[in-house]
Amino acid sequence: MSAVAHGHDDHHGELHNPMEPTRQEQIVMNRFGLWLFCFSEVFLFAALLAARFYLWRDPDVGALRPDLPQAPALIFTCVLLVSSFFMNRAEVAAANEDRATFNFSMASTFVMGLIFLVGVIVLEWGVGGETHILPTSGAFGAVFFAMTGMHAIHVITGLIFVAIVWRNGNLGNYSREDHWGVEACAIYWHFVDLVWIFFYPAIYLIGLAVHIPIH
Amino acid sequence: MKYFLTSALVRGLVGQIVTTWLSYSLIRSFRMTVEGWTVPEVGLDEPAVVLACIIGLFGFLLSCGVVTDWLKMMAGHKPHLKHGAQGRPGWTRYVNIDVNHKVIGIQYGLNSIFILLIGGLLAILFRLELAMPGLQFLQSGDQYNTLFSAHGIIMIAAIFAGVGAMTNYLGPVLIGASDMAFPRLNAFSYWVGVPSAVILLAGIFLGGWDTGWVGYPTHSTTTKMIGVQMFLLGFYLNGFSSIASGLNMVVTAVYMRAKGMSYFRMPIFVWAAVAASILQATTTQTVGVALTMVVAQRTLGMNFFTPILDPELLAAGVPAGDPILFQHIFWFYSHPAVYVWILPGLGIISELLPVFTRKPLFGYKWIALSSVGIALVGMLVWAHHMLTSSMPPTWKIPFMLSTLLVAVPTGVKFFSWLATIWEGKMRFPTPMLFVLGSISVFLLGGLSGPILGTIGTDMHLHDTYFVVGHFHATVFGGFVFPFFAAIYYWFPKMTGKMYDELLGKIHFWIMVPGFWVMSLLQMRVGVLGMRRRIADYGPDLGIQVEQALITVATLAIGWSVLIMIYNLVSSVRKTELAPENPWESRSPEFLAPSPLPEFNYLAPIEVVGEPYDYGLEGATYAVVPTPAGD
Repeated sequence: MSAVAHGHDDHHGELHNPMEPTRQEQIVMNRFGLWLFCFSEVFLFAALLAARFYLWRDPDVGALRPDLPQAPALIFTCVLLVSSFFMNRAEVAAANEDRATFNFSMASTFVMGLIFLVGVIVLEWGVGGETHILPTSGAFGAVFFAMTGMHAIHVITGLIFVAIVWRNGNLGNYSREDHWGVEACAIYWHFVDLVWIFFYPAIYLIGLAVHIPIH
Repeated sequence: MKYFLTSALVRGLVGQIVTTWLSYSLIRSFRMTVEGWTVPEVGLDEPAVVLACIIGLFGFLLSCGVVTDWLKMMAGHKPHLKHGAQGRPGWTRYVNIDVNHKVIGIQYGLNSIFILLIGGLLAILFRLELAMPGLQFLQSGDQYNTLFSAHGIIMIAAIFAGVGAMTNYLGPVLIGASDMAFPRLNAFSYWVGVPSAVILLAGIFLGGWDTGWVGYPTHSTTTKMIGVQMFLLGFYLNGFSSIASGLNMVVTAVYMRAKGMSYFRMPIFVWAAVAASILQATTTQTVGVALTMVVAQRTLGMNFFTPILDPELLAAGVPAGDPILFQHIFWFYSHPAVYVWILPGLGIISELLPVFTRKPLFGYKWIALSSVGIALVGMLVWAHHMLTSSMPPTWKIPFMLSTLLVAVPTGVKFFSWLATIWEGKMRFPTPMLFVLGSISVFLLGGLSGPILGTIGTDMHLHDTYFVVGHFHATVFGGFVFPFFAAIYYWFPKMTGKMYDELLGKIHFWIMVPGFWVMSLLQMRVGVLGMRRRIADYGPDLGIQVEQALITVATLAIGWSVLIMIYNLVSSVRKTELAPENPWESRSPEFLAPSPLPEFNYLAPIEVVGEPYDYGLEGATYAVVPTPAGD
């Protein structure tokens, strides 16, 4: 059974698509597709935010939040925000075929992202140290680890993305006309950053602080 | 045989089984060495099962090769899209990674029918059990619970595959494109569904589960049946397929339409597919969150859904979990999911009716926009599944109103169909019969909807067989019958052969009346007090005759589907070719050769008129280049 008849064979026996989109047309579609993907991810993070506002509340006092150390969270948030600046520089550098700036900016983005990730895991989650908040600390622990964890997975994906694009940039795979890889990486990185702008106040700032006893 | 054993399907399955088994043994033995972790001596170790299933998915994807091109891109290469069978026999394309959207569409279709048969078999098993009061051949309630739970989720997987079949095969063809916008992502969407289905099916045998397809906590977070984890994961991983194919279809429809095809000259099916795709691409994320939360609560002890808490934490003012949260997040997806199935189905009805009534589609723009309307309103009705829950009453009334609002865009479709049929020169081949059958059955489902959407009546009917009757009527009328209509209608296009008309009609005349009997009687026993999701009922309910008839009707439906499969399989083997344009359709794919060439059209087509001007002298929709010298 063959439900697809053969198309044009060129002399090498390879099939050739007469209507194949050009690279520029494909990039336009890629861009729209990636934005749609970000829009889709908005629903993922919105569901987590909804869980946070649904569960972290008291019928009498309203919104609650766990009493967590404020200083490290603020510092790591700043680091992540600044990393987006360097990501943008890297994209501009790729568009200008400026290899030195590209390398420096990608390195900065990567290091700052890594600082954020390690900061969340070591200082916020308290892996390998003393902490009050555990995954089992009621709705506080559950939602806190779900939100930071889901965001951390995206940061890890972003770091891998940055590393791959960084390497491909050094292989000379991006040009003034076609640096879609860098652009995609930048859109994704900014998106992950943007999510944290919503998550940070939801976790650390909004609501009445409740101290979690060691249990 | 050699080609089959080395195909991507077999490689993937072997890869999945090997990696799942290896990682399960490794994780289990690792967990046994850690102090303080309890690992059961006999039986499955639940956290190890969860991790191993996830790793097994990667095992499948890597060994079947669907991600190879992406890995090459990451390594800095620029792999070209490989088209065609690459020197192998033509049939091997369906068991290998292929980027052609028509191949992927047929892969989805075959997959859909295969899973549909499994799900149907489960339904027949528990229908036989329900034919009489008392437990006949099932050993326990748990077995019954596993059967109906698995029937639910497996049928959902089958329907999503069927939607994938229609949107993938028809989408690019109808808009005059050569393929989807992202062919590799398209192949990924199909192939990620295969290991997910394997995980789901394996769940039946590794313990089963008794949560229904909804998996509500706190039952799903506490049940001892480990199959629930496989159910949650299989459901979750299928979501990747939905999201990716949804994105793909939207981008394709926006950027790859033929010259001259404005949005309001798009075939109506594409409008419906885009509306469904938007829902698929967005709301699927939220059910992913809900399912992940249940997995996390079961494996990591994260308390999202249990209102019980450590007294010390409670005294300090730490909030506890809430099971209602799950229902909100879950239904935010799972209600629109039904629209993801029925929108393409209703699109097929609108697409086929003008062909067989030889009249323009009545109110094209209204139908096009009503699909978008159903999709948007559909996102705002989720809590009508929770009218009997402890949700505050101030939430219930807005959700009742929004639910009733769905009837407006749906009514637009119904009146358009009626007006299209009105004074038409009707023809009645099998696809048209199924279209008319869909309309009648969907009307039954539609009319029973507001009864359940209204708070007062829902208090009585919630969780009864009335809901089962309503749900099956909407899904059969909105998806199953249109899907069959589409299969018969495009079968000559897909294969170049014609199906057997008599067998097609026999299929119709068994299945549609059979379904009417089944659905109406389900509603009746529901009103008389039969609960859903229960293995047995008392003889004093007085519903034995109805229950026995429902079972007979179910068997009839099952046989009629087998007739269809026989019809299609035997027709593919015919030597006689189908006529070029058996339905005298104006659609561009019927102006091209059958089966369609690899890239659909030999050169870009051009749209010069309205799509459904049947019966209008001299009206042309599309100019399709014909092969020179043919």
